[in-house]
Amino acid sequence: MTYATLVAVALVASLVIYALGGGADFGGGVWDLLAAGPRAGRQRETIAHAIGPIWEANHVWLILAIVLLFTCFPAAFAAIGTALHIPITVLLVGIVLRGSAFTFRSYGLEPGHVQERWGRVFAWASLVSPIMLGVTLGAISSGTLGMDPASGQVRTDFISSWCASFPFAVGFLALALFAYLAAVYLTLETEDDDLRDDFRKRALIAWEISAVLAIVALALARHGAPLIFDGLMRRPALLVCTGLIGLAALSALARRRYAAARWLAAAQVALTVSGWALAQYPAIVPPDLTITSASAPEPVVRAVLEVLVVGALLLFPALFYLFRIFKSGGRREEGSPGYPTE
Amino acid sequence: MSDLLAARSQMAVSLAFHIVFAVAGIAMPVLMAIAEGLWLRRHHPVDLELARRWSRGVAILFAVGAVSGTVLSFELGLLWPRFMAFAGPIIGMPFSLEGFAFFLEAIFLGIYLYGWERVPRVVHWLCGIGVAVTGAASGLFVLTANSWMNHPAGFRLVEGRVVDVNPWAAMFHSGWSVECVHMLLAAYLCVGFAVAAIHARELLRDGTNLFHRRALTIALLVGGIAAALQPVSGDASAKLAARTQPAKLAAMEGQFESEPAAPLRIGGIPDERAERTRGAIEIPGALSWLAYGDPRATIRGLKAWPREDRPPTAVVHVAFQIMVGSGVLLLALSILALVRRRTLFESRRLLTAIALGGWLGFVALEAGWTVTEVGRQPWIVYGILRTADSVTPMPGLMAPFLLFTFLYLFLAGIVGALLRRHVFASPRLPAS
Repeated sequence: MTYATLVAVALVASLVIYALGGGADFGGGVWDLLAAGPRAGRQRETIAHAIGPIWEANHVWLILAIVLLFTCFPAAFAAIGTALHIPITVLLVGIVLRGSAFTFRSYGLEPGHVQERWGRVFAWASLVSPIMLGVTLGAISSGTLGMDPASGQVRTDFISSWCASFPFAVGFLALALFAYLAAVYLTLETEDDDLRDDFRKRALIAWEISAVLAIVALALARHGAPLIFDGLMRRPALLVCTGLIGLAALSALARRRYAAARWLAAAQVALTVSGWALAQYPAIVPPDLTITSASAPEPVVRAVLEVLVVGALLLFPALFYLFRIFKSGGRREEGSPGYPTE
Repeated sequence: MSDLLAARSQMAVSLAFHIVFAVAGIAMPVLMAIAEGLWLRRHHPVDLELARRWSRGVAILFAVGAVSGTVLSFELGLLWPRFMAFAGPIIGMPFSLEGFAFFLEAIFLGIYLYGWERVPRVVHWLCGIGVAVTGAASGLFVLTANSWMNHPAGFRLVEGRVVDVNPWAAMFHSGWSVECVHMLLAAYLCVGFAVAAIHARELLRDGTNLFHRRALTIALLVGGIAAALQPVSGDASAKLAARTQPAKLAAMEGQFESEPAAPLRIGGIPDERAERTRGAIEIPGALSWLAYGDPRATIRGLKAWPREDRPPTAVVHVAFQIMVGSGVLLLALSILALVRRRTLFESRRLLTAIALGGWLGFVALEAGWTVTEVGRQPWIVYGILRTADSVTPMPGLMAPFLLFTFLYLFLAGIVGALLRRHVFASPRLPAS
């Protein structure tokens, strides 16, 4: 395996972790938007409480992926930035509004309607951003971003490669998967059985929608992204495995095995994202840019890998500590040494 | 407006917006950690209240900084794809390191903001210090990448192709430490004084309020120390520019003629068409002395470069005057506050001066960035790649420029209102 391939693996890994963490945070926003029933207010509270301490750390995985892309595959970054300017700009506006609105709501100006309005912005931005993220990834996979050999620049009219059915199918699939993940995680964020059942119902519905959209996207890929389609058809084991784990997650949810459902749902989404990456391997921006042809000079790629290893040694213990404090399920311990409640 | 100008304007707006939140993310945690440290020592409730309030400010500012920073990292590719295709591998290293520093900062901050009741007190305080340290580190890494654009190094160009890339040499090139120190000091300076300004204003209304008194003292201390050190760092920056970017120095000083014993110009407006600077107070030989330590040294004027290689002189010169002028006023304010420290809270005139003058730090910050970025033009990588050659072929760039401008103006207004209500308003404290 070349150094460039290793970095590509790290890039996909950070996208996977971003989907599992940051994606679920977006999904939380979707359920905020769709909060309904007698417990709507408490659903929103649970969502805010679950996202609050971790969304910024989760968000960094996207930045890491972008940095790895422009450092180690600069030609791919330039091609994507040029041809997909419009969906990425919408994605960015969504990211800015989601993050700010969430914070503004937590530290709202006045209780009541102003805070509620920020809640709306947070929720709508959480809906738009995953779609645009999916559209961007779908457009890259569609194989329409060809390079002009004379100028070395991407050939594009800035619209047709993303404004098509396959990219949007991927966009809605991303949204559905993120919402599914969020609902599954949220079942573990509350002690209240009714509230937990609200999220369980939502998770089941989102599972069904995701399954339908996955089949639609696969069908559209046949013409919309032939490279991906062929790649997946050559790896039937991958499709079967993803499907089986998805079914296992569904059954765990149905039987109220929430802890197992969380791990299975995460595995299902992780397999979906890595399956997409594997299907287009070794292309980065098909049809022309591959891991080898788009790669930065070897000394750079090697140095980045070294930094990744050292960085991971610092990062993972810190991340572990963060999640242990806020996601271990236990409430404040007896005789906690912390500060008094405000 | 041409697409190039729209792209440059969008980048300028994005940077000018983000930089405010970036410096707040670097310096506010220092104030917050000092306040919490004082509380751990003395257990006075006002210190704990300050730490909590300031941490709320950090939460709001950090969130907006994180998302506006994300926009910037994408904008490099959206607006300057050819620059990134060229420079990505060379300057990617500091960005990768920044990614990890930012990661740790987000983790420490998550624990700090939401962990008041969940982790032991000392651990909580250490996390606050962790936010301050990783915030400074991520700023530092981004700055090495920016200063590489001024001092490209760590690669060779052979027939237009980049070879022999050494990412560490590119990162630790000759000028990195000078720009980094200058900007870190600027962060502590402008945040220290802005916070001081806000609390001084509150003290003018409510002069005995212990909360604002304590806040003003801590903020002035941080801002004042930075203001005292900044001239030394500024001098080093100018000497570096003289050595490595003589056209930028000439533009900063409005120096058109190449001459020995060049004067230092205070004020004045450069006339680029007539190639002279009018209305400046000139101190003979001072520029030569400041730049090279020799009052008779020769300074290269802008006429030594063809017109298409000169930076927009009037903008750079005026921005430089604003930056230096603001810095000098803030230094004077620090000295005054130090001398009058015993009667500081009683002196309405001094409090008014701080309440108004404290904002000059941010003026200096934005002006300083104008000097370094506009002063580098027409180059995006000094002497190697022109800004005009690296812009995206995408048409209609006016639209995203306006979109982000309105978005950021709107967010700035909201953030201001939130900070006022949640961070700086007088708290209700138990009588002390």
